[in-house]
Amino acid sequence: MSEKLIDSGNNAAAMAVQLAAAEVIAAYPITPQTPLTEKLSELIAAGKMDAEYVAVESEHSALGVCIGAASAGVRAFTATSSNGLLYMSEQLHWAAGSRLPLVMCVVNRGIGAPWSVWNDHQDAMSQRDAGWIQIFAKDHQEIVDMTLKAFRLAELVHIPVMVNYDGYYLSHTYMPFELPDAQTVREFLPTYDYAHTLDPEKPESLNTVTLPDARNDINGVKQPGYMDIRHNLHQEMRLALQVWEEIDADFQQRFGRGGTPILDPYRCDDADFVVVAMGTLANQFHDVVDRLRDEGLKVGVLALQIYRPFPTAIIAEALQSVKAVLVYEKGLSYGNQGALYADLKSALYPYPNRPQLHNFIVGLGGRDIGTEDLYQTLKTACLQEALGTPEQNDTPQWIGLQL
Amino acid sequence: MQDDPQQMIQIRWHGRGGQGAITAAKVVAEATFKSGYGGVVMAPTFGTERRGAPVSTSLKISREKIYDLSPIRFPDIVVVLDYLILNEVDVTVGLKPGGLLIINSPRPLRDHQFPDYRVAVANVTKLGIEAGLRKGIVNSGIIGALGKAGGLVDIEMLSRCIAAEFVGRKPEENVRAAQLVYAATQISEPSRGAANA
Repeated sequence: MSEKLIDSGNNAAAMAVQLAAAEVIAAYPITPQTPLTEKLSELIAAGKMDAEYVAVESEHSALGVCIGAASAGVRAFTATSSNGLLYMSEQLHWAAGSRLPLVMCVVNRGIGAPWSVWNDHQDAMSQRDAGWIQIFAKDHQEIVDMTLKAFRLAELVHIPVMVNYDGYYLSHTYMPFELPDAQTVREFLPTYDYAHTLDPEKPESLNTVTLPDARNDINGVKQPGYMDIRHNLHQEMRLALQVWEEIDADFQQRFGRGGTPILDPYRCDDADFVVVAMGTLANQFHDVVDRLRDEGLKVGVLALQIYRPFPTAIIAEALQSVKAVLVYEKGLSYGNQGALYADLKSALYPYPNRPQLHNFIVGLGGRDIGTEDLYQTLKTACLQEALGTPEQNDTPQWIGLQL
Repeated sequence: MQDDPQQMIQIRWHGRGGQGAITAAKVVAEATFKSGYGGVVMAPTFGTERRGAPVSTSLKISREKIYDLSPIRFPDIVVVLDYLILNEVDVTVGLKPGGLLIINSPRPLRDHQFPDYRVAVANVTKLGIEAGLRKGIVNSGIIGALGKAGGLVDIEMLSRCIAAEFVGRKPEENVRAAQLVYAATQISEPSRGAANA
């Protein structure tokens, strides 16, 4: 039986991992992720979850344990935030290069220095090129559903998946959600069966020094070189978008929720101006959009649910004919501009009627994101008559600075 | 409160670190959800809180799903778990005219003059002790005052949710505290302007 309850985002994630029947949890505590793995350790200690909890001395080891577990054919999970994710960085690349189907929740938090325990997206953005699939949840229901779907995706495409959700805004906030029926989850997510499980009876050579050129193996079969292996990772990551859509469709059939695996639009159908954002920030725009619609402005908001692989064609098709796209984000590539903005701009470049683009940086390190500020900046952008120079238009605007 | 689907009821809780304001807000969140409010968001404000320092938490309640998780700026109701916080924090900041201010205070209602607001006062600390709780446990009791003055959820549902939250931690005494406070809460109407809370 599915169950409707009200609880924190961290507990929602833990219950999803329990439902997914992960067998190894390895984690190191870091705010605001800690309550998630605490909850998992409680479930395991109470015998409510048949899994091994490995308390490690660092995030690097946490992911190392998960890599080992997945290599042995075991479903593994970890979670982290902020500097903890960065401390894992080397292992992130290793897990992706090894094509191990791990799932990790990243409870997004600003990066030190200076220390901040509060929310932004810089941790996830800094790891966008590690070869992981990155998805972003907007509420507790999506945390649960995306975590379950993430295990299936990772195990189908052999690429690890990072489920991102906003620190505090979701992790420590209580809101209602539905927990799916355990038996239906088992049918949706069958036992993990790994073709290359470490087995002394069947020795394999994995991830050794791989020469620049392809070469024949001992049986005379041509094997890829490093560049070919990397090309395959890229290609299969691009193809993972379609797999993600198929998984979502199957999920929707079984559980009745879904239909927006890649983009989640709100009032975008006839919109002239579309906000693009990820995570809770996109939901915060709902009321802003309603208000501006009441004032006669054709505005919508498009939540990007999956950031890597970037749904280049899908999002470009969705936005190519609007007047302007306003990208609000909680992180940036220092010395350039918002990473999401740059990605979107590049996706739209091939389209002849591409819209104007503007970039807004908000909420770094938990700086309050006033709904009124979102309303004012969006309204100003929509009503802007004369455009500035190309350089001015392309320069990110920081909202809520207190300098 | 009105039963308008668009209407959101926003409650800001002020307490001291360790006093249990978050737990109280959680219990009310649970009770309102179980009473049919589909949109309930309880978001603690996290800072560098330590034991004894003033802390606050937000509770938004609506019939429909809530999309905006930003902190409450204009509450309909403010709940204060310790009247001495009134000397340290402007708890009424943003409180809508005619809004409800609930205070745990040993002082009589007339000592808490807020002409723009409905004010509800009960000596939650004293009633908690009478109910069999350790001195200073006020987070279950204050829920009784909200039940009486807020009119959001009936006291039976609140009692059930208190009992569930405090399993293994004197559930009956905590429920009794809320019920004693419910009976003892005194309410004054705003002395100026129209009441619209």
